[in-house]
Amino acid sequence: MYSRSVQKALNRRILIRMGVGGILIAATHLPALAGPDDLIQAQKILFGDRPIREGRVTLKLPAIAENGYSVPLSVDVDSPMTDKDHVRQIAIFSPRNPIAEIVRFKLGPRAGRAAVSTRIRLGGTQTVQAVAELSDGSLWSGSATTVVTLAACVVL
Amino acid sequence: MASIRLSVPPTAKRGDVIELKALIQHPMESGYRRGSRGEAIPRNIITRFECLYDGERVFAADFQPGIAADPFLTFHTRATQSGMLVFRWTDEHGESWQETAMLMVT
Amino acid sequence: MTNKIAWVLAMVLVSACTPADHRENNLDAPFERLQSGYDLLTPETQALQDDTFSNPGYLWVDRGAALFGAGHGYTPSCASCHASGLIGAAASYPAIDTATGQLLNLEGRINTCRERHQNLPALEHESDDLLALTVYVANQSRGVPLSVDTGGAAAAHYANGRDYFFTRRGQFNLSCHQCHDQNAGMRLRGDTISQGHGNGFPAYRLEWQTLGSLQRRIRDCDTGVRAEPLSLGNQTYVDLELYLNARANGLEIESPAIRR
Repeated sequence: MYSRSVQKALNRRILIRMGVGGILIAATHLPALAGPDDLIQAQKILFGDRPIREGRVTLKLPAIAENGYSVPLSVDVDSPMTDKDHVRQIAIFSPRNPIAEIVRFKLGPRAGRAAVSTRIRLGGTQTVQAVAELSDGSLWSGSATTVVTLAACVVL
Repeated sequence: MASIRLSVPPTAKRGDVIELKALIQHPMESGYRRGSRGEAIPRNIITRFECLYDGERVFAADFQPGIAADPFLTFHTRATQSGMLVFRWTDEHGESWQETAMLMVT
Repeated sequence: MTNKIAWVLAMVLVSACTPADHRENNLDAPFERLQSGYDLLTPETQALQDDTFSNPGYLWVDRGAALFGAGHGYTPSCASCHASGLIGAAASYPAIDTATGQLLNLEGRINTCRERHQNLPALEHESDDLLALTVYVANQSRGVPLSVDTGGAAAAHYANGRDYFFTRRGQFNLSCHQCHDQNAGMRLRGDTISQGHGNGFPAYRLEWQTLGSLQRRIRDCDTGVRAEPLSLGNQTYVDLELYLNARANGLEIESPAIRR
């Protein structure tokens, strides 16, 4: 369609762009972000092969995060928190951060209520997952999605 | 000296579930940031938080770099008897910070 | 006929592009209605700023309160002179130091007091201790409207600060005026451009993951347009702070604010 010399120029341009792209990627030192597989791996390390059921866990994140460096999170597990029936631990996982596990909360019957809040870092828009381990060994999960944007006036 | 803030109700009725808050000043350096000359800033985070009620651990948290700087926690415990609450943070180099608060239970 | 339509369309587009309350010809009071950066925060972040317990800026206010009350041996504490506190004091800064005729911002005033009245060395810019004392003093005026004096000896400094605000700089060749006057309220990628007031500083900026001064923010602005930032404590920046606070006169101090 194009003349030979124009085609050569276009090819050169594509090559240059790829090269520049490659240099840019190498130069920005972005950490290798984790993927959903890393999240599953992290859960296996913590909980083995036990099945994780959805329910009983309410995870709250803002719809839009002001800044990925500090996102308020709250998790609440439906549990009477008695000696016989309580939450042992709650773990929060990210499918996109460099490290999939964000935090592990250790509770027990003296915790009174399985409700914890904190502030976390998120490396981009994602669905965060909370997994609660109950005293009978069962695992329950809840998730929440938040949109994380970069500041407009970037000082990198 | 890291600044610490604690929120503990001064009194509680026996059996009540009370809300506790703890905030500590700490950069929680993730290890992924670069300085202005491109140099890697080494990781430096608090890895462990514990709350002890009359010597017994009622709540703990294991932090990863995904916890935001100046880590903040809200959690709960059941008021059983009057006693001392100990809030302790330990970083990955073994340095620790601690604050206490008295809880009066009627 | 098409010319007329084109002209009307152009006028509509132009008026849609300029913020309705910006007064282009008023260099000293460019807005009909002052808007704090607080209004542009998400509800969660506003709640965090308002929460006087968990707002992380208060970690430095606490530290500042301790430093303010601490005396060492023969060194008088700040509190020994300022026994009734400093409520309202921060609202008039930057201000002229009558002894030297210098224009001082809050940080400069604190360091001058240390050297002159306490025989203590000046604190380093952006050090935890200086940030703590500055935000402690500013926090004493939380809710107090800014009211700086730009007359007398301050007038030359004010003019200098205003000049800086209107000068294009950096590789992007932008002046503060172009974004924060002419395009305040407009979108820049995912953000809404603020009017550029400093009423929340020292502020806990989420991007810094810590508390920082107004001059640190100004340095980030300069870097943002790819201009060489000036050094912290630079007289030009102090002059600029005077212009910024005068431009925001009437806006309440929010220190420690939370900002993006």
